[in-house]
Amino acid sequence: MKILAANRLRDGEAVWFSTERGWVRRIAEAEIALDKEAEERLAAAGQAGKRDNEIVDPELIDIEIVDGSVRPIRLRERIRAAGPTIRPDLGKQARPDFSAAA
Amino acid sequence: MYRYDEFDREFVTSRVAQFGDQVERRLAGEITEEQFKPLRLMNGVYLQLHAYMLRVAIPYGTLSSRQLRMLAHIARTYDRGYGHFTTRQNMQFHWPALADIPAALADLASVEMHSIQTSGNCIRNVSADHFAGAAADEVADPRPYAEILRQWSSVHPEFIFLPRKFKIALTGAERDRAAIKTYDIGLHLKKDAEGRLGFAVWVGGGQGRTPLLAKKIRDFLPEQHLLSYITAIMRVYNLYGRRDNKWKARIKILVHETGAEEFARQVEAEWEKLKDSELKLADADIRAIEAYFAPPLLVDRPEGDEAVRLARLDSKSFSDWLDRNVFTHRHPDYASVTVSLKAIGETPGDISDSQMEAVADLAEKYGFDEARVSHEQNLVLPHVARADLKAVYDELVEIGLATANIGLITDIIACPGLDYCSLANARSIPVAQEISRRFASPERQADIGELKIKMSGCINACGHHHVGHIGILGVEKKGAELYQVTLGGSGDENASLGDIVGRGFGPDEIVDAVETIVDTYLAIRADKSETFLQAYRRIGPAPFREALYGREAKAA
Ligand code: SF4
Repeated sequence: MKILAANRLRDGEAVWFSTERGWVRRIAEAEIALDKEAEERLAAAGQAGKRDNEIVDPELIDIEIVDGSVRPIRLRERIRAAGPTIRPDLGKQARPDFSAAA
Repeated sequence: MYRYDEFDREFVTSRVAQFGDQVERRLAGEITEEQFKPLRLMNGVYLQLHAYMLRVAIPYGTLSSRQLRMLAHIARTYDRGYGHFTTRQNMQFHWPALADIPAALADLASVEMHSIQTSGNCIRNVSADHFAGAAADEVADPRPYAEILRQWSSVHPEFIFLPRKFKIALTGAERDRAAIKTYDIGLHLKKDAEGRLGFAVWVGGGQGRTPLLAKKIRDFLPEQHLLSYITAIMRVYNLYGRRDNKWKARIKILVHETGAEEFARQVEAEWEKLKDSELKLADADIRAIEAYFAPPLLVDRPEGDEAVRLARLDSKSFSDWLDRNVFTHRHPDYASVTVSLKAIGETPGDISDSQMEAVADLAEKYGFDEARVSHEQNLVLPHVARADLKAVYDELVEIGLATANIGLITDIIACPGLDYCSLANARSIPVAQEISRRFASPERQADIGELKIKMSGCINACGHHHVGHIGILGVEKKGAELYQVTLGGSGDENASLGDIVGRGFGPDEIVDAVETIVDTYLAIRADKSETFLQAYRRIGPAPFREALYGREAKAA
């Protein structure tokens, strides 16, 4: 299973792609690709996002579903989805709409 | 302190305007990321895990109060209220929006600061001993030469696209506090038998994936030949440096593969052509730059000794701080104070906006308006009258910056690691914090004595782990963090690279492993005066391996 991650051009914030909602700030809203075809669709959306100057560095990342929530396989991507582990007052984890499951 | 002349001012202001325009065009979609990325990197703007990062140059680590206040302002206005001092004596801001960076750079330019050449394959910000111009053991202040190098290397057309990044450090004392042997070029300012100033020239040091210590290629280079000789080195490197392989492109590989002797011969041959060219520095020019660094007028304050003696009797914590954080000044009534940015359990090198302002106030009130950044991620007030030490200490206590731990086990160097850095394999900061908490007791720290732990979150070695007495390197193994330990490294005048002790440790084992290493040292040291490094050099890794891996080690 994969999702598409990137950084928003204007402020560098980590975002993920959803066909319905576009580039979202919460990993919980990311669209999950279950097969090759869906992955290719996501990759194409990444290229389009780059072209439209919305995001930079789009990248498909591996995830699993844990207790019904998206969980990136790599720690790097989990930290990206939450914020610095040593500063819980900063980044996405500090926002009221943050779901800890990520 | 150096003040910009017309040329500097014009150069920095026009660069800010130029980059502002580039950012605008990027945001408007007129230029692509591929076109923009090299431009932003030339201006110290990186993209990390959570946001952009802005790296601000602090030439040779010297700051005025006004500049330190401006860093506080940048942190508060464009960032999240704090900044991070790096091992390169720079400051990094971890959260600026791209759209805000031009405004931040304009603010920085108003106090003669910038972020030019803090990234890219060019000559980077030149660093120097943080006690320069103040230390009792110094031959002369190395910063005028660092400034000459800064001016010469800024947008130098020949050296702006080198095979790889290039870093120069200077020291003016025998005791090397600038880690010059880990630099592409390390310059040791000294005097010859006739009392003339010049440099021992060390080349080809570096950390990263292939750590190598610099080799001395010239024992004495008269000062007027600084630029001609460095140009000769750069030309040899530019010609023969490996542009085909990023991992072999640093000058250390060239020096290593060519051999120091042959490399020196090539440099000398190149230098023959240059030494009488316009690159030869006129004495008047050197002295003119030197004048900017003229020490403050230090009036005698002989009451200091008695004041310190009485205050010591009064307060044990002040006395401990004096012993740890105060360094001998060349004027007997003065001292250099290190402000520890390593409070127990905090992030090494991080400082809040209000702390920056408070230190700026202290520098203004007691320190002739000057502060320094050390490569060990602390701040320094270089010139404080001994009579004022207690007042400075009391104010540092107020803002939580009076930790008495310089050179001790909790004075840890740690890079930002996986909490921020997109190149990282593992986190550094939480490990540093946990070690700091584990060894929090001042008595225990004092008993252990001098012990430098240095930690990096990946092989790029920004945290100087190769030269840590205990070095810790974060790697990723099967998707999890793993920490490799090296022992016996040192970044001073007796530099050495650490030896890998054995297999790595998981995040929940690494602090125990450090404790085992420390306990082993305590058990084997000849007596309390033998430091960790001395004991390691005397006995070697065997007892540490035995303690860490037990039977496993014997079987191997
Ligand atoms: S050592 Fe690696 S992880 Fe640490 S700051 Fe440097 S590049 Fe990032």
